[in-house]
Amino acid sequence: MASGTEPAIALTGVSVRYRVASESIRSLKEYAIRRLQGRMDHGELLALREVSLAIKPGERVGIIGPNGAGKSTLFRVIARVRRPSEGRVIVRGRVAPLLELGLGFHGELTGRENVILHGTLLGRSRVDMTDRMDRIAEFAELEAFLDTPIRKYSTGMVARLAFAAATDVDPDVLLVDEALAVGDERFRAKCHARMAGFRDRGKTFLLVSHLLDEVRETCTRAIWISEGRIERDGPAVEVCDAYRAWARSKAPA
Amino acid sequence: MDAGTPVYDSSRRGLRFVEEARELWAYRHFVFELASRDIKVRYKRSVLGVAWTMLSPLMAMVVFTLVFSKFQRLAIPNYPVYYLSATLFWTFFSQATSHVGSLTTDALEIANRIYIPRSVFVASAVLVGLVNLLLSLIPFVLIVLVTGCPAHWTWLFLPVSLVIGTLFTAGVGLVVFTLALRFVDVRDMYQAILLPWFFLTPIVFDQSFVPPSWRWVLRYNPMTYLVEIFRAPLYNGWLPGPNTLAFAVLAAVASLVAGWLFYAWKVEEYGLRN
Repeated sequence: MASGTEPAIALTGVSVRYRVASESIRSLKEYAIRRLQGRMDHGELLALREVSLAIKPGERVGIIGPNGAGKSTLFRVIARVRRPSEGRVIVRGRVAPLLELGLGFHGELTGRENVILHGTLLGRSRVDMTDRMDRIAEFAELEAFLDTPIRKYSTGMVARLAFAAATDVDPDVLLVDEALAVGDERFRAKCHARMAGFRDRGKTFLLVSHLLDEVRETCTRAIWISEGRIERDGPAVEVCDAYRAWARSKAPA
Repeated sequence: MDAGTPVYDSSRRGLRFVEEARELWAYRHFVFELASRDIKVRYKRSVLGVAWTMLSPLMAMVVFTLVFSKFQRLAIPNYPVYYLSATLFWTFFSQATSHVGSLTTDALEIANRIYIPRSVFVASAVLVGLVNLLLSLIPFVLIVLVTGCPAHWTWLFLPVSLVIGTLFTAGVGLVVFTLALRFVDVRDMYQAILLPWFFLTPIVFDQSFVPPSWRWVLRYNPMTYLVEIFRAPLYNGWLPGPNTLAFAVLAAVASLVAGWLFYAWKVEEYGLRN
């Protein structure tokens, strides 16, 4: 019913405000005392200031910028982790957040149990994850260890299982954190091939990264965020070059 | 894009408590997996395994039985069963609502990275508590057999008591959880509340031992009625009286409604770290 030209991700006038001062009070006792004494200062921090952007289906966008500029806050409002204080966020399609590999993994549980736990954490069903189990194990090359508690796995094995479980999805929108490729050289190539597969199938791709080369390679468009605003938005190569030049000029000689 | 494509629109918000309920249902699979993780991990770690869940209430029972046998005038026939029938619920309640506090670490870590309705953690804690309660029925039945206490047909009332008790527990759990997300001292404070609450409820003693001038404490304590809807059918062999039952249901519904509203109102503000 809707036309195909609707953006996959649309932000209009999105601001995110943190209440720094009152949120720093960590104990209920102190909070209650301050409340009673009327000493509640509401220092605020604007992590995003009226950001508007539209990302078309199939676009591959990298988000770059210095630490504390609002990159992760932007990511969080798109990933639905935080609601914008003002403005509106629309995301069309199934979203796969490939942000935290192995989130929810527990050492005492077997590989199989962890894959199911992780999948349901992303809102999938147990049956769905059981159906995918063989494929996930095969990709991770861990068929023989699926019923072993993962505390007996090596770091590389856990990473492989986590990557396989997280990317065995067919989403419309992928939210990717930097350094997603894991394991040894050979497995990294496999990771890159899978990510390239998503790209070739025309998935919308949003990548947050410090690695400018990664953004230049995988993205067609880059958005440079600075102090909660969009500093520059355009072709990845152009924006990355401009950002690099700016970062160099800011660096002490 | 076809009509089945999900669309997230941050500006489209219904009533929060309705929305949160819908989200909890959508993530029910995770509730079960999280509960099963907690149960598996607990039993894999402990050498005594399942036995431990059953042993700790029995140890307490032995202690209270010995203590109370010293007070002749307070003699209660078949004290072990009298005590256990009430602690079945108290243990479930205190374990589940305390467990909720320790899940806030998990909840904050996960919810800061990906979207998840936080209520799944409370639901899971209650579920784990229920499984433990069902397991503790095994030593209860053993004690009943050993002490020669008659089994009653009123035991069949237990599922009803369980539903009422679960609603009450979930409501308190939601409040503790929501506050513990935001304030680090809530878990300790809650433990400090639980201890006197235990002794202000007729669990180890009978209502008749309380001086009449102090009975109002028990009357205004909702736990009195909740414990009674377990003890009456399991120990006394009669169904809870209409007043007791009415107050227990009222306490359970009020707890769940208040807990859910408080959770839905505050969870977004409390449930994130910057």
